Order: sequence, then structure tokens, then C-alpha cells
Amino acid sequence: MNYNWDWGVFFKSTGVGSETYLDWYITGLGWTIAIAIAAWIIALLLGSVLGVMRTVPNRLVSGIATAYVELFRNVPLLVQLFIWYFLVPDLLPENLQEWYKQDLNPTTSALISVVVCLGLFTAARVCEQVRTGIQALPRGQEAAARAMGFSLPQVYWNVLLPQAYRIIIPPLTSEFLNVFKNSSVASLIGLMELLAQTKQTAEFSANLFEAFTLATLIYFTLNMGLMLLMRMVEKKVAVPGLISVGGK
Amino acid sequence: MDFSGIIPALPGLWNGMVMTLQLMVMGIVGGIVLGTILALMRLSSSKLLSNFAGAYVNYFRSIPLLLVITWFYLAVPFVLRWITGEDTPVGAFTSCVVAFMMFEAAYFCEIVRAGVQSISKGQMGAAQALGMTYGQTMRLIILPQAFRKMTPLLLQQSIILFQDTSLVYTVGLVDFLNSARASGDIIGRSNEFLVFAGVVYFVISFSASFLVKRLQKRITV
Amino acid sequence: MISIKNVNKWYGDFQVLTDCNTEVKKGEVVVVCGPSGSGKSTLIKCVNALEPFQKGDIIVDGTSIADPKTNLPKLRSRVGMVFQHFELFPHLTITENLTIAQRKVLGRSEAEATKKGLALLERVGLSAHAKKHPGQLSGGQQQRVAIARALSMDPIVMLFDEPTSALDPEMVSEVLDVMVELAHEGMTMMCVTHEMGFARKVANRVIFMDKGNIIEDCTKEEFFGDQSVRDQRTQHFLSKILQH
Repeated sequence: MNYNWDWGVFFKSTGVGSETYLDWYITGLGWTIAIAIAAWIIALLLGSVLGVMRTVPNRLVSGIATAYVELFRNVPLLVQLFIWYFLVPDLLPENLQEWYKQDLNPTTSALISVVVCLGLFTAARVCEQVRTGIQALPRGQEAAARAMGFSLPQVYWNVLLPQAYRIIIPPLTSEFLNVFKNSSVASLIGLMELLAQTKQTAEFSANLFEAFTLATLIYFTLNMGLMLLMRMVEKKVAVPGLISVGGK
Repeated sequence: MDFSGIIPALPGLWNGMVMTLQLMVMGIVGGIVLGTILALMRLSSSKLLSNFAGAYVNYFRSIPLLLVITWFYLAVPFVLRWITGEDTPVGAFTSCVVAFMMFEAAYFCEIVRAGVQSISKGQMGAAQALGMTYGQTMRLIILPQAFRKMTPLLLQQSIILFQDTSLVYTVGLVDFLNSARASGDIIGRSNEFLVFAGVVYFVISFSASFLVKRLQKRITV
Repeated sequence: MISIKNVNKWYGDFQVLTDCNTEVKKGEVVVVCGPSGSGKSTLIKCVNALEPFQKGDIIVDGTSIADPKTNLPKLRSRVGMVFQHFELFPHLTITENLTIAQRKVLGRSEAEATKKGLALLERVGLSAHAKKHPGQLSGGQQQRVAIARALSMDPIVMLFDEPTSALDPEMVSEVLDVMVELAHEGMTMMCVTHEMGFARKVANRVIFMDKGNIIEDCTKEEFFGDQSVRDQRTQHFLSKILQH
């Protein structure tokens, strides 16, 4: 077990085509970002709808949302991914199944599985944040909006949600970052995202420590960058005269 | 769907569950111990210690657990060899336990820190007025109160870890999920075993979080 | 304009309103008072159906509140309400607070709504603050904006739910002044308040409530006049409130 340190390894050719190891990382990062953003869009939309449902004065509606949250929060992400990747395609109607399993390129079907899986998984968490945000508002806000003749959808859209979202930007940020980190499970169904490329680099080059150090640095930078971005968003939407939750 | 194949596979699945629980318990115990030490470092007046703990937490919280597991699996044998100077065989189990401990420590550190900070400053003053040292105050006065307050959070984090142990799939450890996958593949019923695994995880996590919620109510009342 | 008929309301087993009957005629100013927990705020919130009630009915300008076919948002858009804690929408500017319901509920154009909103803002003396957010205004200023916001909907009646009780003492009069002016203009008003000076000045009638019952429902002259004909509870309440 002799180890040869070589920090220049990333600029070396992988021996596969004319790519360097750095190219692999760039491709991997691209996949990671694509998966995370796509999943986040699903999570934000679905999670908001579910979060609103949980606060609506209707037992059935809020019950459905609660059941969703419990289901998706209490099954490990990896089990959910396997279900979406291996099991759900088997349940599709025959012609659709054939298309999904045979006509579709394996990368695309894996991508669909992981995006749907992460999106629905994260939606349960976003739902809880949105609900917390809405319930944190003074009860009088809803009453005042209704007193002016707003319908229930208008109350949510014009009065409750704009305020709730502002309150929950910090916890939403950490969920957003979690999507990036969680997208690494895609490597387990063969998608060549950042972690998979790192593993491959480690195996091909035998420069294990360098390979993982770079991956760590990329994740770390990504994290910091997104955090700064969300702080800017928070500042931008901050309301004058209101003490923001994240501020000092 | 035909679930009849699960009954004969139960002993194997149970062995998998035992491994899952071992990983979880060792991860929690190690994570809490290491996390508490880190929390005390973060709260200490030494800039060096507190910055180190801060960097540790920041670092582990910005990378995926799966990356940590994979990395440790590949790296621990090297590191041990550098330390001990000889080839020390380490199994995937050990490297996974180390990975969980170190990763969870970052999360437990934040929970413990918040717990300690939630205890009023007056308690520290009162204990020191009685002549206790800083160490005594922490050990006898502050930490016992803080741990009581943060028990629900620690338990919640433990339930998350219970689910996250399934990630050891990546290094081929036969935990509960992997044993279900393997047993299902053998008899060509992988979907049924996957559903079964999902249901078992769900029932355990759901009941555990239900109990934690009840405990939380009892503590806050 | 408003007739409250035999209204009963329970929270579970606890009865908060018992057989409440009264009427507010067009142009009338009615002050509702009573100790805390007497149900006065609940009663006024029943008038625009913010609080549901289990028995009885309230007719507002010919429309039944209890009738399940009634379009409640539409009815509420014609009934102005001012809250104890102002309840301006903190994420919107003052102008937006004054125009949002005009646009989204009444379907007025932005120009029309803004014109109306700014005119009302001028009327409550706060034109200079149009572009600010509620959090930048004092309590008294916020409540004046809240009154302007309610007026922007051209309400047929105004409901006030303890509009001055969350204010610092020095800000009470600026809000009461606006209310007095409104009363003099002939606005139909139902006000839950402890401001007896306001009641003496502009009220036509005074309602006194205790434990969910309407104890007194009489003219202002009667209410503040000979105390010996009043109910014991009314005397007790008045003596406490007028002590200072």
C-alpha cells in the first residue's frame, strides 16, 4: 500500500477519449446541479401546495397532506429511490413500460427516477416548512383579509404566502442545500453525477485522497455559494420595518 | 405481487436488521460523545478550539453522507497504516461506523450547543458562586439540564440516522435493506422484498417519531 | 342595516353568546361595551361571519349570514372592519395595503384604486407615508391607515373591534378623531370600545354585554343618565371604568 501523492492528477488524461479527470468532475457537477434544480422545482411547488393543504380548515384535505408527509418522511431516501427506479416502472401499463424500459436510454430513465424521487421526498420537508411559516403568522392577518372580502385562495396568495415564504427562507435554504447533497444517491443507480465521477477518478487514477478532496471542495464551495445566494434573496425581499428572522 | 417468499427469508432479514441497529447505536453513541466535545469546544473561550469545531461542523454539514461513507471506506485502511505503520485489515463495518460517528457528530454538536445556550446564564453564575469550577459547572449543572431539554431533538436525529444507515448499501454491507435486496433477488421477487423493507422502515420510524412527539409534549408541559 | 336575531354561539360546551338580539339602523352609531370575555368582540365578528354561530341569524342589508347560499366574501367586501391589532399586511406598502382588495376583490383598475386609496390616506392625514411599509409607522398611524383601508371598499357599514385598546395612550385620540369625523358624516358604525368619551360624543345607542348576554341596549342618554334604573352589572362596570 504505497501511496503516491499527485495533486496534478486532475489535469492528466483519463485514458478514456481525450478527457482529463477535471472534465469528469465538470460533467459530474453538471449532473448534480441538473438533478438538484429539477427536483427542487418539484419539491417547492408540491411542497407549497401540501403546506397550504395542511393549514386549510378541512379535515380531509389536511389529512391527505399529513399522510403524505408521514409516508415520505419515514421511509429512507434510498428505499424510495429503489422503489421509483425498480418497482414503479413494473407497475406502468404495458406499452408505457416497454417504452420506459427499452426505448428510453438508461441514463434518461435513471434521471427521471431520481428527480421524481428527490422531488417528492423533499416536498414533504418543504410542506412542513410552509405550514410552519403560515402558522407563525398572527391569526388576525387571515381574519383581516377575509374581512375585506378575499376568497380563501386570495387570502393565501395575497396575504399569507408572501409573508410565510419570507419567514421560512433560512430553513428553505437548508432544504435546498440538502437536495444537492441528497442527489448523490443518484450514483447508486448509475448516474454519473459528482460522487460517481469522484469514485471513478479514485479508481482509475489511484489518487484516492486527491480525488475525494476535490469533491469535498466542490461540495463545500457549492454550499457556500448557494448560501450566499439565498442570503441575497432574503435581503432583497426583506420588508422595511419588519425584523427578519435571519437578520440581527 | 407474492409476498409468501418473505417468511422463509425472515432469519436473514433479521440478521440484516441487527446490523442496521448496530450501525445506528454505535453511530449515535459515538456521535453524541464526539458532538458534545465539539460543542464544548465551540462554546469555549479559546478562539482556536472554537474555530476548529466550527470548521468541523461546517465541513461535515456541507458534504453528502454518502460521500463520507464512500471516502472512509476507501481511506481508513490507508490512514490506519500511516498511523500504525503496518497493514491493519479493517472491514467495511468499522469504516462505516467511523463515518457515521464523525458525520453525525457535526449534527449532534449543533443540537448540544443550542441546548447549552438555552440554559440561562444565571445557572452558570449561581454554580460558580458556589465555588464550582467551569468543568464541574458544565458536568453537574449545565449539561444535565441541556440534555433533558434536547432529548427530543437528539432522538429525532437518531431516527434520521436509522434511515440513513441504509446508505451502507454502497460499500456492500449486508444491513436490513441490502439483505432484503439480496433475498429478493435470489427468488426473483425483488419488488416484494423492496416493499416489505419500505414498510418495515416506515413502521419503525413512524412509531418512533410518534413516541418522540409524545415525549416532547410531556417535556414542554 | 344590521339585525341580529337570537344569535347563540358555543365553543364546544362553553356558550359564548346567548340569545343576542339587537339592531343597527342606517346612519346609526352603536357602541358595544362590557368586561373582557363578555363576548362583545365575538358578536361583532359574527356580523361579517368571521366567527360562525350555531343558532339564530344576522341580516346585513337584507342578506342572511346564516344562509349557506350567501356569498360571504362578497358580503364582507361591503362591510368594513377595523381590528384591535390593525392587521395591515406587513409585506405590502401603505399604498398597496389600500389598493389590494379594491383591485382583487372589487376588480377596480390600478389607477382607480390608487386614486381612491391616496385620497383616503390624505383624509387620515398620512399622505407622506404612502410608500412606506406598515412596520415603519407608529401604532396610531397604522390604525388610521387600517380605517382608510376599510373605507376604500366603500362599505355600507363599519365595524370597529377595540380599535384603540392596543395603542399607547398618546395615540388614542388621533384614531378617535378619525372615527368621530366618520360618525358625523353619517357612516353606520358598530364599535366595540371602552372609550366612553367617544360613546358620549357620537353614539346613538349603547349596548352593554356580560357573559355572552346583552344586558343593556338603550340610548346613550339613558345609558349615561340615571344609573338607578340600570342593571347592577352595568352600574358596576361603569363605576369601574369611569373612576379615572
